[in-house]
Amino acid sequence: MSEIEARDYAHPEALVSTDWVAAHQDDPTVRIVESNEDPLLYPSGHIPGAVEVDWTRDLNHPVRRDYLDREGFEALMRRLGATAETTIVFYGDKNNWWATYAFWVFQLFGHRRARIMDGGRLKWQKEGRSLVREVPTPTPSDYRAAQRDDVHERAFRDQVLGHLEAGRRLIDVRSPAEFTGERLHMDDYPNEGALRGGHIPGAANIPWARAVDTADGTFKSAADLRAIYEAEKGFAPADDVIVYCRIGERSSHTWFVLKYLLGYPAVRNYDGSWTEWGNLVGVPIEKGT
Amino acid sequence: MSPATRLPAKLARLVDALALMPDRQERIETLIRIADRFRPVPPELAQRPYPEENKAPACESEAYAWALPQPDGTLRFYFAVENPQGVSAKAMAVILDETLSGAPVEEVARVPLSLANEIFGSELSMGKSMGLSGMVALVAAAARRQAAENQFSGEDSGSG
Repeated sequence: MSEIEARDYAHPEALVSTDWVAAHQDDPTVRIVESNEDPLLYPSGHIPGAVEVDWTRDLNHPVRRDYLDREGFEALMRRLGATAETTIVFYGDKNNWWATYAFWVFQLFGHRRARIMDGGRLKWQKEGRSLVREVPTPTPSDYRAAQRDDVHERAFRDQVLGHLEAGRRLIDVRSPAEFTGERLHMDDYPNEGALRGGHIPGAANIPWARAVDTADGTFKSAADLRAIYEAEKGFAPADDVIVYCRIGERSSHTWFVLKYLLGYPAVRNYDGSWTEWGNLVGVPIEKGT
Repeated sequence: MSPATRLPAKLARLVDALALMPDRQERIETLIRIADRFRPVPPELAQRPYPEENKAPACESEAYAWALPQPDGTLRFYFAVENPQGVSAKAMAVILDETLSGAPVEEVARVPLSLANEIFGSELSMGKSMGLSGMVALVAAAARRQAAENQFSGEDSGSG
């Protein structure tokens, strides 16, 4: 039994280890993809053979606040040389925060052959594995994508409003200071800010990083995750859950944890998150703990 | 007038040069080359564990800064970046050292927090902005203290 299997996840196949990636660096059916918050990291050194998916350049719509459309996703996958049979393995900085974000966007287009490298870039580096600056140029593929499906993995503001009015569960994965409304955004940087502070009424505050073992950046075991989400916060696998943060990236990490590691079937990420909710006119807001 | 013209001269030239770069990739490659020049604070100046007072606020790359007063009343800046993934923090450290060490402290004190976005581009995430701006804040605060010290020393010697 592998170390990942021993953690008793609902879908252990969603994770691969650094050893697995090292053994599949030259596997033509695998495409290793680095996704970071820091745009300098990939070009300064990455896993040999890895390509980059940049959250601002590659995943977002160039004009609207939205994600790329089917044509954009096809163009991205063709550039990566990926086919429908290619297993995409994401890894990145910040304990895979941006890797899970890219993973989530890929699920909107139904690319199920997707994995996360447990521990992310930091674990790979700490293990002394090689990083290179050579950028691969994959042979473009003829990838054909499905239309983006925003129903199953994504939530919009009106759905969130209906969700809370129906008394269903929400998780706010931001820091406690953001949750209580004490902090909106940094002075001089209102681009990701909001006019009002606080949280969506009834949301439980479970900062995303609690799911990570700080020693090596890997995900905590299913038992440890259940202790947080279920024993401590009262969630159950049958719950219909919406997760959110400030712009939907940190919450994609918790979406991954609930859906793949704990096996919750109904989890959606509200990517409008606090930058939308905190600016909306007339929606309910709760302050404090 | 470009915002860079209000900055200390060396820093203004760098900001202007980055602004003229035609694409994001060229800017990124330039910043990586800058980060490659990073040298941590020498052990004779500081040793681990580094003091919290030298830690840049909100910087997840665990950047630390030290300001050493020079005989001419300016400051020489030194940095440590403890997170091995802190490439941007290393680039920022090199830029702050190479452009602000030896610059008039009154000018260094006025360097705006928005410098991080001017250097790294507007697509910088809020988290990254906060961390890199924390480094700027630390340097600017040291310069404000030194400017006050210089003024006090001048008044003190003047009243002789």
